[in-house]
Amino acid sequence: MSSETRTSKAEHIRRIMETEGDAVGENTRGFNEGRYESVAKLEDYESLKDEARAIKEDAIERLPELIDQLTDTIEENGGTVYIAEDEADANQYIEQVCTDQDADRVIKSKSMTSEEIEVNGHLQSAGMEVVETDLGEWVLQVADEAPSHIVAPAIHKSRAEIATLFNEYFEPEERLETAEELTMFAREKLLEKIKGADVGMTGANFLTADSGTMALVTSEGNARKTVTVPDTHIAVAGVEKVVPSVEDLQPFIELIGRSGTGQDITSYISLFTPPVDSPTVDFDDPDTPITAGENDREFHLVLIDNGRMAMREDDELRETLYCIRCSACSNTCANFQSVGGHAFGGETYSGGIATGWEAGVHGLDTAAEFNDLCTGCSRCVEACPVEIDIPWINTVVRDRVNSENDVKVDWLVDGLTPDTETDGPGIQKRLFGNFETLAKVGSAFAPLSNWVANSAPSAMVLERVAGVDRRRDFPAFRRQTLRKWFADHTSPTPRGDYDVVLYPDPYTNHMLVERGKAAVKLLEALGANVVIPEVSGSGRAPLSQGMIDTARSKAESVTSELRPYVEDGYDIVVVEPSDLAMFTGDYEHLLPDEAFEPLAANSYEVVEYAYGMVSNGADIEALNRADGDETIAYHSHCQQRTMGLETYTTTLLEKRGFDVTTSDAECCGMAGSFGYKEQYYDLSIDVGENLEAQLREMDADYVVASGTSCTDQIEDLLESDALHPVELLAPPE
Amino acid sequence: MESQTVEQFETEVKRYGVDVVHASREDVTETIAERIKPPAVGVSLAGDGIDPPEGVTTEPTPTELDEAVTGVTRASLGIASYGSIALRTDDQGSEPISLFTEHHIAVLEEADIVADMPESFDWLGDELRSTRDSVVLATGPSATADMGALVQGAHGPKTVDIILVS
Repeated sequence: MSSETRTSKAEHIRRIMETEGDAVGENTRGFNEGRYESVAKLEDYESLKDEARAIKEDAIERLPELIDQLTDTIEENGGTVYIAEDEADANQYIEQVCTDQDADRVIKSKSMTSEEIEVNGHLQSAGMEVVETDLGEWVLQVADEAPSHIVAPAIHKSRAEIATLFNEYFEPEERLETAEELTMFAREKLLEKIKGADVGMTGANFLTADSGTMALVTSEGNARKTVTVPDTHIAVAGVEKVVPSVEDLQPFIELIGRSGTGQDITSYISLFTPPVDSPTVDFDDPDTPITAGENDREFHLVLIDNGRMAMREDDELRETLYCIRCSACSNTCANFQSVGGHAFGGETYSGGIATGWEAGVHGLDTAAEFNDLCTGCSRCVEACPVEIDIPWINTVVRDRVNSENDVKVDWLVDGLTPDTETDGPGIQKRLFGNFETLAKVGSAFAPLSNWVANSAPSAMVLERVAGVDRRRDFPAFRRQTLRKWFADHTSPTPRGDYDVVLYPDPYTNHMLVERGKAAVKLLEALGANVVIPEVSGSGRAPLSQGMIDTARSKAESVTSELRPYVEDGYDIVVVEPSDLAMFTGDYEHLLPDEAFEPLAANSYEVVEYAYGMVSNGADIEALNRADGDETIAYHSHCQQRTMGLETYTTTLLEKRGFDVTTSDAECCGMAGSFGYKEQYYDLSIDVGENLEAQLREMDADYVVASGTSCTDQIEDLLESDALHPVELLAPPE
Repeated sequence: MESQTVEQFETEVKRYGVDVVHASREDVTETIAERIKPPAVGVSLAGDGIDPPEGVTTEPTPTELDEAVTGVTRASLGIASYGSIALRTDDQGSEPISLFTEHHIAVLEEADIVADMPESFDWLGDELRSTRDSVVLATGPSATADMGALVQGAHGPKTVDIILVS
């Protein structure tokens, strides 16, 4: 990415944040809070997710067979199935069905798949009127805009903006103002359109092969009218929507509304087995009872491949096909909350999982436009009802996008980037991906390296060449690294019950040395025998830049360096949560099981480990205690929360007398190198401001966070120090 | 039917602003009549041994459907843990009758309330496979938040009454 491209990207993001950010932020955060509340009411939430996942895995595995079964079933029911290879094929068929009906008007209920094939434009150019009946979609049709969210398409528009739009466009006798007035106006207008419709088009959330039933998850009732009123029904669905049986719908029905908009269930779960047995409502024949005539409905299911069968063969993209389009990954994403789908989206799909969809159905180019907005914070992983590893899909696509870019290697960066990438991730990505080397050089030449890196001329060069935003200070490297300090330190405890390798990640070893020392003191105070051997960087930095080959070689080094310790009974204790997430999660993608499993099984976050020692009888009184009623404003690290480890920190701090209040911000916005990048600086600050406001409101004695990025960001935003929990728990000198 | 399940059903249904009215088999016709806001359209409940309430037009024309304020249909199943009811489509027009009207009255047998979603899908699976019918699981009135705040009555009913027949 050139300096000009970065600047225009930054400008694009800024503009969207200004015009749409407030409405998107309010709505997505509302959905996200609703999700937490709604899933908490489910006793068997985790097992429902497991069940949903298993059903999708099985269905995609057996997809060709299920498509055949579904086709037979629907034909038996009196409908027709057409399998469309691509958009053009689908549109041609749909147009033919409409032409055969002499259709002038097609009414539609909301369907992302119909957006994918852009059927509206196709039918309009064939001379037909196409009317979206979902109120949000209809607003966008009137405004001539694209959806900004896969479930709530007009989420970027406030009530006031919709009122202005309607008042200007329709010039109603009485000006419309309230949501009630706007809704009733739309209902009336759309009812007239529905009455004169010739064809109704819907999507399908799920299709059951055993009965030919389609599930439509809706709240307004427009899909029901779309199916019921006209005598011809076309359903457009991706091939991945097929599940074996009606019973398989149950976990999805329980999860989809909760995961998406935070509703336990939406108003209508329509289980239509078309052609439906309900009489059509022919408003052109207004005085004949609807029950009088013969029921001669036509039903056409258009199953769209459009790249999906190839995704099924692709080991890395296959999981995308499990997606039920609930929008949880959008709503929980801190970056999405700031910008919405008009920035965090491709041609059709938006949010975290959109990278997989866009890469699969439209190609890498459109995925590349927004893929960087996934920082890998992993908050979407626990939110996803089908347990898709969305950050991994983003990483894989990033790696593929990198491979397509042939960037010339720059002399300045090359010396600092001894990576194993055979193709060109670009200078910015390589610089951040090779942070470990940067840190080593930084410490060797500290403090000179700090003065140079943060001097005005260097900052300008770094910004122009590598896109490092000049408004960020580079972290200060320490000449005395944690390992050097530890070499002169005598361990008070011999080997025994708790033998610990404290993993010297590059941040703790080269920059945040104090928290490393505190971690050592904390563990030793509780009776652990601590060693700090030389170990490679975890590969988190290159992985976050989509440099999978480099990350894999790091993973191989780390496991071979730590294997002797693990075999000798040592536990691996990690300060930086993002490195622990590598050891216990990402390495599964990078390494064979026999290398991954022993390390994953024996790695712990530092406070989690201390908590475990205390639970097993270590003397908690050896730890620092709050002086009176000291208060803490705590922001857990995003990946730490996804791993379920936040509670160990808050509990241990509380046991030591601190009054802890936690933020509910999903991410600090810094997310590793993301906030350093020129094109994303403003977004990073916008995301951070949500956290900043919460921390300021708490007005605590200490601001505490568990990750390097979080403390960096918090210090930039609050202009005061942020501590790691171990710095408060370690015994005083 | 365990009274606990019925109680839970009522609690959940009320969260969506839906009224539950208890009726015995003897007074159900009168109870329905009391809840009707005219004009009303509906389906025959004779199959359930319920006499038609006065003023309910069955087999309506599109005009009658359009002008009706109340629609009376039956619900095949209640799901206690969600407060949902199963509305079956049929050749009498239950689907448009329950959908076009502002006020929907659903008649549900207390004995047809099941505890939870798995139990309802045990029923639905067999039923849909064998009959190839269609069923709408309805929870509360039609709703939308697309215009900036939650509004009831987006395309379907604004209000729903459930007549629970014991």
